[in-house]
Amino acid sequence: MDVATLSRLQFAITTIYHFFFVPLTVGLVWYVVILEAAYAFGKGEVYKRLAQFWGRLLVINFAVGVVTGIVLEFQFGMNWSPFAAYVGDVFGVPLAIEALLTFFLESTFLGIWIFGWKRLSRGMHAAAIGLVAVGSTLSVFWILTANAFMQHPVGYVIRSGRAELVDILALATNPRALLFFWHTISAGFVTASFFVLGISAWHLARGTDGEAFRISFRLSAMVGILATVMVVIAGDAQSKYVRQVQPMAAAASEGLMNTADPAPFSVVAGFDSSGKKVVWSLDIPAGLSLLYFMQPAGTVEGINQLQAQYTATYGPGDYSPMVALDYWMFRIMVGVGFLMVALTAYALYLGYPKTTARWPRWLQWTPLGILLPYLANTTGWILTENGRQPWIVHGLFKTENAVSPNLVPGMVVASLVLFVSFYTVLLGVDVFLLARSAKMGLPASETETEPGSKSLPKSARKPGDGGKA
Amino acid sequence: MNLNLLWFVLVAVLYAGFFLLEGFDFGVGMLMPFLGKNDLERRAILSTIGPHWDANEVWLITAGGATFAAFPRWYAALFSGFYPVLLLLLLALIARGAAIEFRSRLPGPRWRGAWDGAIAIGSLVAAGTLGAVFGDLLRGTPIDAAGMYRGDWLSPFNLYSLICAAAAVSLFLLHGANFLGLKLEGELGQRARAAASRLWFAAMMLVIGFLAFTFLQTDVAGRLGVRSLLLPLGMILGILMIGYCLRRKRDGWAFLFGGATVVFYAAAFFLALFPRVMVSSLQTDFSLTIYSAASSDYTLRVMTIVALLFVPVVVLYQAWSYWVFRKRIGTDREEESY
Repeated sequence: MDVATLSRLQFAITTIYHFFFVPLTVGLVWYVVILEAAYAFGKGEVYKRLAQFWGRLLVINFAVGVVTGIVLEFQFGMNWSPFAAYVGDVFGVPLAIEALLTFFLESTFLGIWIFGWKRLSRGMHAAAIGLVAVGSTLSVFWILTANAFMQHPVGYVIRSGRAELVDILALATNPRALLFFWHTISAGFVTASFFVLGISAWHLARGTDGEAFRISFRLSAMVGILATVMVVIAGDAQSKYVRQVQPMAAAASEGLMNTADPAPFSVVAGFDSSGKKVVWSLDIPAGLSLLYFMQPAGTVEGINQLQAQYTATYGPGDYSPMVALDYWMFRIMVGVGFLMVALTAYALYLGYPKTTARWPRWLQWTPLGILLPYLANTTGWILTENGRQPWIVHGLFKTENAVSPNLVPGMVVASLVLFVSFYTVLLGVDVFLLARSAKMGLPASETETEPGSKSLPKSARKPGDGGKA
Repeated sequence: MNLNLLWFVLVAVLYAGFFLLEGFDFGVGMLMPFLGKNDLERRAILSTIGPHWDANEVWLITAGGATFAAFPRWYAALFSGFYPVLLLLLLALIARGAAIEFRSRLPGPRWRGAWDGAIAIGSLVAAGTLGAVFGDLLRGTPIDAAGMYRGDWLSPFNLYSLICAAAAVSLFLLHGANFLGLKLEGELGQRARAAASRLWFAAMMLVIGFLAFTFLQTDVAGRLGVRSLLLPLGMILGILMIGYCLRRKRDGWAFLFGGATVVFYAAAFFLALFPRVMVSSLQTDFSLTIYSAASSDYTLRVMTIVALLFVPVVVLYQAWSYWVFRKRIGTDREEESY
């Protein structure tokens, strides 16, 4: 494999891996905010214990998100130095703002929150986690602003051989970024909701801390239904916008080879060995036009016509991404998305006191649902980034020209192997610790113990007996 | 003051802040397995940096981001050129950060021992690679006319970068020992202060060696003339003051002079570099400068407004977090330990 392919593989793996952790952090931190705010406003001790319980899981997850995030910032320069030099004037700005405005905020106040249970007043302590939540949410905004520039560049001019920023407001209000943000934040809440739902159900099925876990179960069912519906609406809006500004990515995600009016929606399709051509497809007539234009008519551009158009504009070359990959990623993401809407609706019904007792079998299965958002997040991420190919910055700069000229394949293979092995260990340990911590249940209710401080009165706590009051 | 100069200074301030804060984190990480004789002591040692290490590391991320935004060609050449070294740095930071969070979550001595090893080795490698990168940057790297790195992957590893790495490690070790002497109470604090006294001589020797080598290997003397002598004198004076304060048992002052020395180390580096940001070893006029590597004036203005608004706020709340956790830590307190 050449350096470009290896570097793409490395960036994809490190990004996807990082994105296992980010959505949960972004959603779960707001759960802790809600629960601790309830406690600070006098809603009783159980809310504090809940905040500590979910906060402990948040902290384990947060740590891995942090250490894998720094890798991404470095890689822009390490593997993609011509890209960095070309877009740094624009792209560097949201990255620097993200670090300065949001990373400091979340890491400083998370440190204060973890260690500060006894040093701060209730209100101040709750405010600390609130600032962590604001910080991580804003960090999503800024990184997606940077990413959206690669998808749909705005607010720049090309001058002296590079992209230069001319309008920061245009950059920060890029519709691609705003839709992205809406979709991703909603996905974060979905991820956290299934996480909270699954773990709460696990405890409810066993009858440990029933009163407390019913609170978090019902909270996550309510947030979950809102968030899953939000993800679908935002996703729909996003795909309509992508059709306008990145028609090739849209056509690839739908496997539409030729321009059509009305355009059919493909339910299942087969591809040739290159993965770039649809061989057969099961179609719903006019389905795609209906999705894009809310009526059974309207032109949707196809891959072949776009290819001809791009060749005329940008010169000879292949301007389509790996179609089969986008096609299937899109279908898996959407399918899982609708399944999650149904599941959260069902959980909302299960959350009523009378029904919970009657459906222990369903509660047993709920923890498996924790995996669904991860599947949707990952496929959505691959869909977006693969759909942009062959461009690294849509219409401006090709991925194949963006690789650092000094890299040799051996070096990238070495770094790839090292990252993957470190990450595998990290993922294993993280999942193991999350599961263990989740099974331990709520911290003991005596106010002297300090579970939020990670110290976990460990000596006193064995797995299994942990935390039950 | 023009904006290119301002941003060069700001990037320098960010790296200096990183060295000042994460410098003692690295030192604490390296010292932890040696100073802490049992698990309780090791946890107390880790707890001195517990609430802070993550935010301290953000100084590096922000320095990287600021370099990217204000000097894209510097960022591009620096990060691609030092690929293998930065790979080591990243792996060290990953291992260390994860280990700090994971170690105390299970009780087994083998579990904790393994993560303690990761913390110490991660801190050592991170400190060393940073020292090596900074040394090599000043000496010069094969940068071509387009500002792209043209060396092979082995060129960042050489005798001079090894000496730079050793000097940085010794400096951070001393800084960390001073920090622990200040933050730990009782016998453990005594042990940290004793370690600082013992590390002092080694640090002094390594730093003198590093300075001598730097004058031989780089163009600092030729460029700055007699003024260049101020840079090594400042560092040596700083370390002398640390030694004096350690002898007089003034651990607060020892830590302050340690911090001043580390900050001076970063400042001296950027002074010697200025106005270049990447020194080309191929041809002098290939070197990137604060002008040829910089972003457009508009971008620098936007970034300046953001920085002027938020850097003071960040400094204030981070200082507040140190104030919240100002009390010394002992082994008898469960409340704020890992």
